[in-house]
Amino acid sequence: MIKAVMMMNTQGKPRLAKFYDFLPVEKQQELIRGVFSVLSSRPENVSNFLEIDSLFGPDSRLVYKHYATLYFVLVFDGSENELAMLDLIQVLVETLDKCFSNVCELDIVFNYSKLHTVLDEIVFGGQVLETRTDEVMKAVEEISKLEAASNSISLVPKSVSGWRGGR
Amino acid sequence: MEQLKTIGRELAMGSQGGFGQSKEFLDLVKSIGESRSKAEEDRIVLSEIDILKRKLLEPDVPKRKMKEYIIRLVYIEMLGHDASFGYIHAVKMTHDDNLLLKRTGYLAVTLFLDEDHDLIILIVNTIQKDLRSDNYLVVCAALNAVCRLINEETIPAVLPQVVDLLNHGKEAVRKKAIMALHRFHRKSPSSVSHLVSNFRRKLCDSDPGVMGATLCPLFDLISEDVASYKDLVSSFVGILKQVTERKLPKSYDYHQMPAPFIQIKLLKIMALLSSGDKSASEMMYMVLGDLFRKCDSSTNIGNAILYECIRCISCIIPSPKLLEDAAEAISKFLKSDSHNLKYMGIDGLGRLIKISSDIAEQHQLAVIDCLEDPDDTLKRKTFELLYKMTKSSNVEVIVDRMIDYMISINDNHYKTEIASRCVELAEQFAPSNQWFIQIMNKVFEHAGDLVNIKVAHNLMRLIAEGFGEDDDDADNKLRLSAVESYLQIISEPKLPSLFLQVISWVLGEYGTADGKYSASYISGKLCDVADAYSSDETVKGYAVSALMKIYAFEIASGRKVDVLPECQSLIEELLASHSTDLQQRAYELQALLSLDARTVESILPLDASCEDIEVDKDLSFLNGYIQQAIESGAQPYVSERERSGGMFETTDYHSQDHHEVTSHALRFEAYELPKPSVPSQPSAALVPVPEPSYYSEPHQPISTSSSVSERESSEIKLRLDGVKQKWGRPSYQSSTSASSSTPPQAANGTSTHSDGGGVASSSSSKPRSSYESKKPEIDPEKQRLAASLFGGSSSSSRSDRKSSSGGHKPAKGTANKPLATVPKESPITVPDLLDFDEPTGTSDVAATDPFKELEGLMESSRQDGGGSTDVMGLYSTDASAPVKTTTSVDSLLSELSDSSRGTYHQSQTTKGPNSKEALEKDALVRQMGVNPTSQNPTLFKDLLG
Repeated sequence: MIKAVMMMNTQGKPRLAKFYDFLPVEKQQELIRGVFSVLSSRPENVSNFLEIDSLFGPDSRLVYKHYATLYFVLVFDGSENELAMLDLIQVLVETLDKCFSNVCELDIVFNYSKLHTVLDEIVFGGQVLETRTDEVMKAVEEISKLEAASNSISLVPKSVSGWRGGR
Repeated sequence: MEQLKTIGRELAMGSQGGFGQSKEFLDLVKSIGESRSKAEEDRIVLSEIDILKRKLLEPDVPKRKMKEYIIRLVYIEMLGHDASFGYIHAVKMTHDDNLLLKRTGYLAVTLFLDEDHDLIILIVNTIQKDLRSDNYLVVCAALNAVCRLINEETIPAVLPQVVDLLNHGKEAVRKKAIMALHRFHRKSPSSVSHLVSNFRRKLCDSDPGVMGATLCPLFDLISEDVASYKDLVSSFVGILKQVTERKLPKSYDYHQMPAPFIQIKLLKIMALLSSGDKSASEMMYMVLGDLFRKCDSSTNIGNAILYECIRCISCIIPSPKLLEDAAEAISKFLKSDSHNLKYMGIDGLGRLIKISSDIAEQHQLAVIDCLEDPDDTLKRKTFELLYKMTKSSNVEVIVDRMIDYMISINDNHYKTEIASRCVELAEQFAPSNQWFIQIMNKVFEHAGDLVNIKVAHNLMRLIAEGFGEDDDDADNKLRLSAVESYLQIISEPKLPSLFLQVISWVLGEYGTADGKYSASYISGKLCDVADAYSSDETVKGYAVSALMKIYAFEIASGRKVDVLPECQSLIEELLASHSTDLQQRAYELQALLSLDARTVESILPLDASCEDIEVDKDLSFLNGYIQQAIESGAQPYVSERERSGGMFETTDYHSQDHHEVTSHALRFEAYELPKPSVPSQPSAALVPVPEPSYYSEPHQPISTSSSVSERESSEIKLRLDGVKQKWGRPSYQSSTSASSSTPPQAANGTSTHSDGGGVASSSSSKPRSSYESKKPEIDPEKQRLAASLFGGSSSSSRSDRKSSSGGHKPAKGTANKPLATVPKESPITVPDLLDFDEPTGTSDVAATDPFKELEGLMESSRQDGGGSTDVMGLYSTDASAPVKTTTSVDSLLSELSDSSRGTYHQSQTTKGPNSKEALEKDALVRQMGVNPTSQNPTLFKDLLG
């Protein structure tokens, strides 16, 4: 099972943190900091795997990938395959790349909810749900279309929307 | 800053995207991005929280605005600040009809709330409604929330809807419904136990994606209960076959691999199902073989599947052909330049080594490269592998390496782990006690605060009890060497507390025993310890007790004791200590100094730490006193049971009943005496004059109670005898169980061996040659390391026999970790297990006294000592020997390995029940130099170029 998906930039600022078992905010921060301090001390050209029992309990592994200014991190237990998880990061990044055409850190910062939509289509409740970029894209576009449709209603002039809201 | 460069573009995009953000949010993100310090960031976020608090309280917030506030709240919480003041608004947003708002609401609550949060109750109703929605996107959003927010109590509220969704028209919904059920199963297996059949049914879903999703819950279910899913083996094999034959739609391909994630899950499931099951394993041979051929090892995902195959093969009962394939895949991994693949290779090696120990030998240099790699992850994995392949022949090299690494790292968590591994290996395979003590010293010195206190006690016991043979000379030598090493270490600064305790204890017991060091020298050192670590009371306590022993030994031997001035001041200081424990020790020491030699000797006899203290549980020495008291008219003691029995004149059974009743109801009779800790064993002598109120049965003769206690105390004594430690740390009882557990172990060994033997010889040739061609010149240092690490794992299986059946510490190895070592050793020590397996041998071992047996073995092993060192000598000279016979190395090697096989076979068949004879023969075989040559063929080839 996947325990957490994280993205953070090279300065250690979290860009996305999703834990599939609930953790209090402080603990989340502690883990993010812990992961970052390990990642930032890793030299270049080494493996993408880490065993981090010290942070996430026994039998936890971590796979990370470094893209430009971002670290993509997956934390999971022994029931997943490390190399496959590495490819799952690839799937996520490829999808985001298609979503935002040439994804960069700022797309991720400013499109927080879309990012979650994409992630939820790929990983669901800690299990890998879908690995086909096209399928994920299709689902996300469908949601976007519907949302845009409903959004246009609320984009009517303020006075009207206020009136609608007050109803 | 990088963010700033593209901020203009982002501002433009913010308005164009469907997820439009307001200027305030952009400003927030921007200013946080620009902040130079954590404090500045916090300040920005706190002011943002103030703004949001204010805005959320405004009446009639437009929904569009509200959505943005919620997103800002999520963002703030991701940065580690509390946003709980806004949770309720997120909950309210889930009630909205607008899909965008609803999804935003769900997203926020899934991130904010945990399943036991009070607000969940407000959402359950909405979730129920949304699960029935016509819009499948709403249903998906609700299912997403279900996964995260529903706890054990609320599962029944949504369960019917989720089950209905298993037959939804959209495959996306069906997939998510399965995942949600899986989540329920994880949270509370009982809540969905009646629905498990649904998972089986969904395996046949028309959509491959749904089938793939079903594998996740099935994996969990099967790992809990393998037996009831055995019938699915053929279905899984069929599915995997179809997937590999590209029967799935093209859209499931990922990097030209058909549905790789489904393949991996299937392989994992089949590894579970076929583990130890011959017929199930056989069903998989075909498809696994196909996979090895088809997998594209140039892509990452292809290698992922290859690795999964290796893992699967290590779990099932493989065919020789598959083992060969797996070994080949591993050698590809190890030879790759990618650290990821090397990591997987090392991991796979660690798995396969359990089945066939020869595999590691082919890759020795690759393993050593990994050990010296700058990549920490790889290094640790390699240490794990070394840990798995440790034998008595290579334990010294491996543990030395581990300790070096342990010293070099700062990560306390891993330091603890590696320290405990060092201790475990040292206890299991130590070639000599001297070495063991040295290793322990190192571990204590560098990770003393991290190791278990039991380790320290084990070490002290080993030093006190020595070899366990009746060889006092060796024991004394051992103690002296321990004392010497401690006197050297003791002056180093900042030693861990636990280590100081060991040092103090050993110096106290044996510091002056040899006469080499004077009492004042040792006591001076001990005072220094107490001084330097004055804040550590435990260490001080140990030091004072050690001082007391030293002075006691001096007094007892009739020498005059001069208490050093610093010692005197230490005692005076401790006399006024706040710690009662230290105070008592100081007073005892002071009192002892004024006693005469004879008294002192009986208080603290020399080297008596491992004497059994006989506890006179029935306090028989008081009998005279009791007799006297009874004669002068006192009432005899009546035990509690007799008391109540007599009082109510009922049988024991009833009196028990009575106790139960009284414990619940009001009691009118007087309170009993406090129960003795062992209730059925009251000592007749404990209460010589029972109080009249308890006196109820004057005719009960005292003799019965005392006879009862006598019988019991004799039992207790018996047990005490049993516990007596003869061979060091662990109690020997387990050695009996170890020897009796040998037959099943051996049976296991035979079956794997018959498979592994063939492969080993057939697979060794190919990778060997390819590896050597790649690395023509190799650091001789590395080669030496390789030789010592892998020191002929084929031969060592034989030399191992010595250690496992007749090593220095037979009881220690087996008894310490009987469960863990047995499976690990069984494949490696196949030949000697075979010995035991011979019916006559087994029955003999079981029938004869295990202790005598062990003693006999130990003697023979000592005789072996010369032989084994000889072997080591041969190892070292061997590296040069083949140079002379360059031309015929190959034939020579094959000849030698043939002959070694022959001798091995012979020794195996001729070995009777007499294990001593067998060991002698074994030593002889090794002296003839059969083993070392077959030790390390690769290495020689490398040397020869």
